[in-house]
Amino acid sequence: MVSVRRSILAPVPMLLLLLLPVIPASAVDEFIEINPFLKKIPLAIPAFKPLSEGALALETSDEAAQLMAETLQFTGYFNILDKGAYLEDPRASGITDASINYRNWTVIGAELLITGGVRRTDQAVEMELRLFDTFKGQSVIGKRYRGSPKDTRRIVRKFASEVVFFLTGNRGYFNSEIAFVSTGTGNKEIYITEFDGRNPAQFTRTKNITLSPAWSPDAQWLAYTAYPKNRPFLYIKHRHHKRGYEIGNKGLNITPAWLPAADPSASLHNMHLAATLSFTGDQEIYLLTGKGKIIKRLTKSWGSDVSPTWSPDGKKFAFVSNRSGNPHIYVKDLDSGRVDRLTFQGRYNTQPSWSPKGDKLAYAGMEGSRNDIFVIGFNGRPPVQLTRDAGNNESPSWSPDGSMIVFSSNREGRSRIYVMTAFGTDQRRLLTLPGEQTNPQWSPNKHLN
Amino acid sequence: MQRKLWMVLALLLLVPGLMLFTSCAQQSAVDQDTTQKTTAPADTGSTTGSDDLQTDAAKRAAEQAMNQFINEHIYFDFDSAALSAIAQATLKNKAAWLNANPGVMVTIEGHCDERGTNEYNLALGERRAMSAQAYLVDLGISASRLSTISYGEERPLDNRSTEEAWAKNRRGQFKLK
Repeated sequence: MVSVRRSILAPVPMLLLLLLPVIPASAVDEFIEINPFLKKIPLAIPAFKPLSEGALALETSDEAAQLMAETLQFTGYFNILDKGAYLEDPRASGITDASINYRNWTVIGAELLITGGVRRTDQAVEMELRLFDTFKGQSVIGKRYRGSPKDTRRIVRKFASEVVFFLTGNRGYFNSEIAFVSTGTGNKEIYITEFDGRNPAQFTRTKNITLSPAWSPDAQWLAYTAYPKNRPFLYIKHRHHKRGYEIGNKGLNITPAWLPAADPSASLHNMHLAATLSFTGDQEIYLLTGKGKIIKRLTKSWGSDVSPTWSPDGKKFAFVSNRSGNPHIYVKDLDSGRVDRLTFQGRYNTQPSWSPKGDKLAYAGMEGSRNDIFVIGFNGRPPVQLTRDAGNNESPSWSPDGSMIVFSSNREGRSRIYVMTAFGTDQRRLLTLPGEQTNPQWSPNKHLN
Repeated sequence: MQRKLWMVLALLLLVPGLMLFTSCAQQSAVDQDTTQKTTAPADTGSTTGSDDLQTDAAKRAAEQAMNQFINEHIYFDFDSAALSAIAQATLKNKAAWLNANPGVMVTIEGHCDERGTNEYNLALGERRAMSAQAYLVDLGISASRLSTISYGEERPLDNRSTEEAWAKNRRGQFKLK
């Protein structure tokens, strides 16, 4: 559920949405979950208006408007209306409330309108961005941003975050990245891309097998498994600096998962992670310090216990165990020590990913020889299948706001990275690179300023 | 890795070769004694010739035994680390070879097919390698000579997505250290 507010009101026009008070969560029937992505909100984004002279301002105006449309389209909440249908050109008529004829927008079906004005010099860019409710006939968000010319994308994303916050009560994922594994060099290496598939870049150079990237809660560190010494060791590497740690116990050192931090400014000293180690001869999940020292063992069962994923409050974790004979997903409550089996459908359920809101878990379930992405709650209801009849689908990972899921699929031949909404709609490829891409992990939002 | 393998191979060939050479030298010393008395040089030549043939055959047999040890994998059922009767028979042969070559250290690699997911397959691969190791230890091979490593589904022998390829890839593989 994107948010209580949004979910309840999704089917009604924006006009009503803005008039109605926020309904308390208790009024919601918890079994009726409305997919907010089914009815997309018609949004008009006309060309931004240059507010200063020169080609640069015009160029930045065009670029920013285009980027705004792409960024909001990506979220799945909007239907960006075709520019050809627009009756009014704010570039000529103006970008403020006073100069907008709202009927020109409601008549073409727009419920929301974004206008922009761009001032540009060699050293700086300044943007005025506004969101209008065309039915109510008023401005609902107005922001002015200043930055260096290379901040255009950042400014657009900040405003997109405001728009999504206005609609859903959630800031979105506009300051996040996605790590994944790619075989482009001939070896499996970790790459990192911006959330929308822009600017992918190689992160590791192990020249061997590299797997299972895991983001620290501050998005500053990546833990992963690699074989540079011909052994599956864990590595903890800083996102930007060359600092790092190696965890090389005998046997397996795999499937790292950082404990969510209560304090977003936590440093490596007070961050922890869970990982599977097998130095005793049995594969168990341990709690480690951010630098890889063992604090304690978290599971106790003969056989494989792998792939931990933490609940957002850090009080529980889900993991994969073959204790019942096949791989299934289990949940351990740290306070009580109790372990409950979560999946009963099928015979092979792995790769659990706990949703950021805590109410759901995504995983890969195998049927026949193919995996598909499923989502299951903790209320005993059966899982919901999100991918179907489209190749092999693996490694689900939630966006930091829980509205989207990234995963890998070979539906178009080679394995690539795909995204979809948390309800399984709007499935599309995120990017195309040489080789095959697998194991995507969506980062938390980075904290700016 | 490759170089190490060649060194082991060279040593394996060299050791029996040296043994044959010393026995040959002793024999020819005796021969020399008799030669001086009876003068029958032709015999010496023919003895040396047949010894060479034997050395070649022994070399070939040792090489063949080692190649079999390296190239004969054990295979597993899907999502299983249990040793089949065939796998157990193969491991008995490997134990015999290890007993005959007491200096050799071995890494047992556990591999999986592509159908499962990478992380769980790393664990499954290790369990496969460990069941092979435990079986060899039960057969009297010192655990200190055997190490294990899991490659999960990362190093398939056959890249196709067919039952045949998957069966080939679900394997335990033996490498000399």
